[in-house]
Amino acid sequence: MRHLLSTRDLSRDETITILDVAEDMADVAEREVRKVPALRGKTVVNLFFEDSTRTRISFEAAAKRLSADVINFSAKGSSVSKGESLKDTAQTLAAIGADAVVIRHGASGAPHVLANSGWIDAAIVNAGDGTHEHPTQALLDAFTIRRRLHGADSRGHDLDGVSVTIVGDILHSRVARSNAWLLTTLGASVTFVAPATLLPIGVENWPVEVRYDLDIALAAKPDVVMMLRIQGERMHAAFFPSAREYSRIWGLDDERLAVLAADSIVMHPGPMNRGLEISAAAADSPRSTVREQVANGVSIRMAVLYLTLSGEGGKQ
Amino acid sequence: MTETILVRAVTLVDGTSTDILVRDSRIAELGRAIFASADRLIDGAGLIALPGLVDLHTHLREPGFEQSETIFSGSRAAAIGGFTAVHAMANTSPVADTAGVVEQVMSLGDRHGYVTVRPIGAVTRGLEGQQLSEIGAMANSRAQVRVFSDDGKCVSDALLMRRALEYVKTFGGVIAQHAQEPRLTEGAQMNEGSLSGELGLAGWPAVAEEAIIARDVLLAQHVGARLHVCHLSTAGSVEVVRWAKARGIDVTAEVTPHHLLLTEQLAVGYDSRYKVNPPLRRDEDVRAVREGLADGTIDIIATDHAPHPVEAKDCEWEAAAFGMVGLESALSVVQASVVDTGLLDWADIARVFSKTPAAIGQLAGYAQGIAVGAPASFTLYDPSVSRVFEATQLRGKGVNSPYLSTTLPGRIMATFHRGYATVLDGELVDAETVAAAARAHDQAGVGRG
Repeated sequence: MRHLLSTRDLSRDETITILDVAEDMADVAEREVRKVPALRGKTVVNLFFEDSTRTRISFEAAAKRLSADVINFSAKGSSVSKGESLKDTAQTLAAIGADAVVIRHGASGAPHVLANSGWIDAAIVNAGDGTHEHPTQALLDAFTIRRRLHGADSRGHDLDGVSVTIVGDILHSRVARSNAWLLTTLGASVTFVAPATLLPIGVENWPVEVRYDLDIALAAKPDVVMMLRIQGERMHAAFFPSAREYSRIWGLDDERLAVLAADSIVMHPGPMNRGLEISAAAADSPRSTVREQVANGVSIRMAVLYLTLSGEGGKQ
Repeated sequence: MTETILVRAVTLVDGTSTDILVRDSRIAELGRAIFASADRLIDGAGLIALPGLVDLHTHLREPGFEQSETIFSGSRAAAIGGFTAVHAMANTSPVADTAGVVEQVMSLGDRHGYVTVRPIGAVTRGLEGQQLSEIGAMANSRAQVRVFSDDGKCVSDALLMRRALEYVKTFGGVIAQHAQEPRLTEGAQMNEGSLSGELGLAGWPAVAEEAIIARDVLLAQHVGARLHVCHLSTAGSVEVVRWAKARGIDVTAEVTPHHLLLTEQLAVGYDSRYKVNPPLRRDEDVRAVREGLADGTIDIIATDHAPHPVEAKDCEWEAAAFGMVGLESALSVVQASVVDTGLLDWADIARVFSKTPAAIGQLAGYAQGIAVGAPASFTLYDPSVSRVFEATQLRGKGVNSPYLSTTLPGRIMATFHRGYATVLDGELVDAETVAAAARAHDQAGVGRG
């Protein structure tokens, strides 16, 4: 695997390879010394044009457990905010000798541009670009689902027959996009639930089912319910009238939690708005995988860095 | 003294073969085996003679954005593309909203001499959409502005648009509307549809164009004014204009070469050379604008030549500027999209890319085409060649062409502007020679044409 830009590019076999390598990486976390020398001498730059402490520290932990050198480059307060272009930043990182660049950027496609520009020869890992994709989040979600279903026997499994309902701001969500491609590639069936204002035009052409009514979607007893974060500013842009109305119609509250099957799981990519899209009881219930998702995120990111940097990944 | 030129055995748009004798800046004689002495003899075998192309929609950027283009560099890009007249859009700095600016733009064009530069005046002061600019002063200036446009921005306020249509009517002009409902296109990056959703790029919906066109044709009907629709790009817009024309509304419409050839699928790699406003649309839109051009719903082709410095495109999609250069490649793209596909013949091209745009812009000298007595503004085009289009073939300052490394048909071999050559043997005539010829033309007192 040269870069990780999008889950859409990943085949089923490639995806399962990443998930299986992540299982190996998870084993590292169980050891007394939680570090392997796999990427010793490699330099990983976390290039973050948007604040995202959670994603950055996850990648940082992943790189450090693989013994890579990590440079955190936050675009805030740097020359970037003084007008330096993506190109100049990329060329600076190339001159420094970055082997991999983990990029978070507000513009959709920025990682694609970086990977295809010729500005830098490093492996590019998309850590979230605009409203496009967040591939490591989808990978860690798939990994989390697979572990809940298969436990220690997860290796080699796909997600055939698993039903996943994703609820919320699909329109602006890179997590929803990456999951739609990745989970369906793995054989899962995906349902989007949102008000029509928060669904992209043309979503009927995506490989997903679309519903407006959360209660009808939950009555189908999905194996997984994934709640997306609602940004407060969407209210002011007339996507929905008020947080209260949104919460009442599309929030996972206690009553709706009770409808779920006993073995179904509740996911959230974080950070959560408790009381808005998810109730405290739902977030803290045994069904919730929120904290597992964070832990699994490190394993997935270790796997991705390993496969893009070790030069032997992806093509097995 | 102006040059006498004899073009031998060239093909006219009706398919007939003829010689063309140019004397005293005009076409002196047409016919086979003309017997005359000439200062310059050109072999026209295999070439089509088209009347000089007239672009109703060009961004020359000067004054104010000379790093993108100047009147000089844009004029050269036009000449190598077969143009003899361009209409310079008003979104310069300062904006072309006063008589002083439009006169300066025109005189710079005259001095360089590659093409006639006709300034377009802003509809509203500073393109701000708040109050009318000095339309009367521009119309009555030496530049005699007849086309007014806030292009780049839409005159979105319905009352202001009504007033503009009425006021411009007073001076016999036309409003060229950039049809883009601003609220529906806030932050818009590409055509809104399945693909924009997948790419996570904010959508520019077709309805934002169609709704403004629908409103404006009704306003034009109500006040009895002329309306010109810039760079129409959607199937729905073609339908609206077709409906308006059937009702007898005085509306004309243009389509760009890129909207005749390219589709939104090119956005997939986030290569910002394909970022343009209005955006590239779907396959069915491309088919509809081609058919609209063929059946006369769309009156003209105009380039929307929009040069930008390299750094404005060498970046992520959302940060990149909208627009693509188009003068140099225009006729080749038109050949590929509507001639080679059998929708239009060369006589149609002469109409939609020379005669009618000149008529809309009220530019004299283009009504007859290539005819005895007409000003000698024409271009010789070889439609049989095919070339890989490269940046080395561009002559303007901008290299933001979507056609680089693609194969395009045809090549301009020579261009004559008011009787003197601006392009010979497929290459620009040098600037001093052209400027001297332009001065000689003006001193000969033939008048502007």
